[in-house]
Amino acid sequence: MTTPQKPWRKSGTSRALDFLFTILGVGVSGLIVLSTPMAGPEAVGLISIPLVSLLNLLRSFRQGSSARANAVATSVISSAFLVLITPWLSVIGTVVSRGRHAIYTGFFTRDMRVTAPKAALELGGIKHAIIGTLIMVLIASLISVPLGILSGVYVTEIRGRLTGLVRFITQAMSGVPSIVAGLFVYATIVIFFKSYSGIAGAVALAILMIPTVARTSEEVLKLVSEDLRFAGYALGSTQSRNVFKIVLPTVRSGLVTSAVLGIARVAGETAPLLMTAQYFVATNKNPLQGPIASLPVYIFSMFQTGNHNAVDRAWSAALVLLGLVFVLFASARLISSLGRRK
Amino acid sequence: MTVSETNTDRRELKFRKPGIDRFFHFVVTAGALASLLVLGLIAAFLVFRGFQIFKDMGFSFITGSTWEGSGNPGEPTTYGIAPMLVGSIVLSLVAVAIAVPLSVAAALFIEFYADQRIKKFLISILDLAAAIPSVIFGLWGFFLLAPRASHWAMSLNHYFGWFPLFHVPGPFFDGSPFIGGMVLAVMISPIVTSVSREVFSQTPPDQISAAHALGGRKWSAIRYVALPFGRSGVVGGAMLGLGRALGETVAIYLVVNIVFKTNINILFSGGGNIASMIALKFGEASPYEVKGLMAAGFVLFIFTLLVNMAATYIVNLSKRNKA
Repeated sequence: MTTPQKPWRKSGTSRALDFLFTILGVGVSGLIVLSTPMAGPEAVGLISIPLVSLLNLLRSFRQGSSARANAVATSVISSAFLVLITPWLSVIGTVVSRGRHAIYTGFFTRDMRVTAPKAALELGGIKHAIIGTLIMVLIASLISVPLGILSGVYVTEIRGRLTGLVRFITQAMSGVPSIVAGLFVYATIVIFFKSYSGIAGAVALAILMIPTVARTSEEVLKLVSEDLRFAGYALGSTQSRNVFKIVLPTVRSGLVTSAVLGIARVAGETAPLLMTAQYFVATNKNPLQGPIASLPVYIFSMFQTGNHNAVDRAWSAALVLLGLVFVLFASARLISSLGRRK
Repeated sequence: MTVSETNTDRRELKFRKPGIDRFFHFVVTAGALASLLVLGLIAAFLVFRGFQIFKDMGFSFITGSTWEGSGNPGEPTTYGIAPMLVGSIVLSLVAVAIAVPLSVAAALFIEFYADQRIKKFLISILDLAAAIPSVIFGLWGFFLLAPRASHWAMSLNHYFGWFPLFHVPGPFFDGSPFIGGMVLAVMISPIVTSVSREVFSQTPPDQISAAHALGGRKWSAIRYVALPFGRSGVVGGAMLGLGRALGETVAIYLVVNIVFKTNINILFSGGGNIASMIALKFGEASPYEVKGLMAAGFVLFIFTLLVNMAATYIVNLSKRNKA
């Protein structure tokens, strides 16, 4: 039996021509940029996009208006994609390349208690910021994961009259600007205890984390097959037993994923922590008392110092923070794919 | 016994939920409504702390354009957030104007042009880009983008300065709303792209096949099937991006030269939004000024809430049409 043919597939020659014309367009625009006062890769991009589109238009000129529109659209859409993805890659690339300078083993085991931001890069580190971030994220998860999962359970299991309202509130809450959450916690917890604290920061993060956890856990709970629930009821189980013994264990990995995604969402929040946990140069392990450092606020305050070494420290902390967020994301992926394979 | 004699009345169900279930319902409902409580508390506390300002300043808190004084007796104190309110809108509109066309095109590329194997990889890149913390975008914007972008702004002004939007009152291009808007555009484009892509991915495949069967090429299928199908989803995604851009603090704080003055010449240095102003003034604010910042936070809260509600409504509308 022969494999089915796909006549609409591009042939090898046409692919080669595509490639050739793109190279030609970019090359010609490079020459144009070199021969005029314009400079920089962005100028090449600016000229080559219309040029490549034009070349493709000319190529398809004899094939009718539909083919011409198709050729231009393909060039425009592909270049728009490239234009969009360049800054993301640039962000990641810059953080990696500039973040290497200040990293040494002590960077993870020392804090800035006796080190000025402008001191040599062999001194000081981000231990205090890492510990602060871990403490606050842990407390924030303890608050927001149960609440988020409960609202997911309400929507998928109880299905009461308030389902629409709960969904709507979750959506609305996901749009609360992070600084507003910070102001709110300042207006309540910080003013009440008359002190910045890790717990205040954690509550602000929890507010931002609840909607993510609620939405993802709802999505996950929706996947539980109705038959499983019916089977439970048929055995005479109560609803609470059904939920705790059947529904939630079925999607355990999905719920872990939702928590991890929530953590990834808030681990990099800066603005709310500025007005709740503030910044402290030494390691503070007590979330109930006194300001406490965190990775994002460390980056922020090092940047504000403006000194060359301080900025290097900021980039290195950014590399650590980005690494943390990426690891969280990767593990969320891994956990959910492991859960699916079962 | 004949059929007619059977009692056709429905038997009354006598079922009472077991106590444990009633307790369970209570706990779950309470947990689900906690978010509602939090939202209510946020509004209530910001109004409570900022009430004195609303009372003292009246409506000019929204329309006024000076922010002076610390509320000490004898010191003239006026708070009006108009410049920053306008700044928030200008910055987010610049961001949306740049991000939305590119994001929609990128979503089309990922969904319809990219190879199946690359597609998965691209979607994970999209998710990762959405998770990059804003302070990192701020650093990147300040050190990498801003020097280039102020150069681009100069060229734009040089060639298109006759267009009112690109006019500048003086040759200062650093820290402009244009640059801030670009950083915001980079920040919101992953979410706009991923919402649009999700909508496009739900395009009925038979309609696309129908377009191909009628002799249409890829672009015809996109133009006449996918785009009309996804229109409202794209609008909703754009508004979600708008909502996110309105509330962004740190990136704007780091990139834009925050000046408390209404600036709608987007290429000209100086601007800011409500969120970045709050962060800027918070550190050294007197107790009275903190109340002013609370009031400003309340205005921002209501504003973003309205935008997000509208976005949610539009996205849901598109979902309902498809069902």
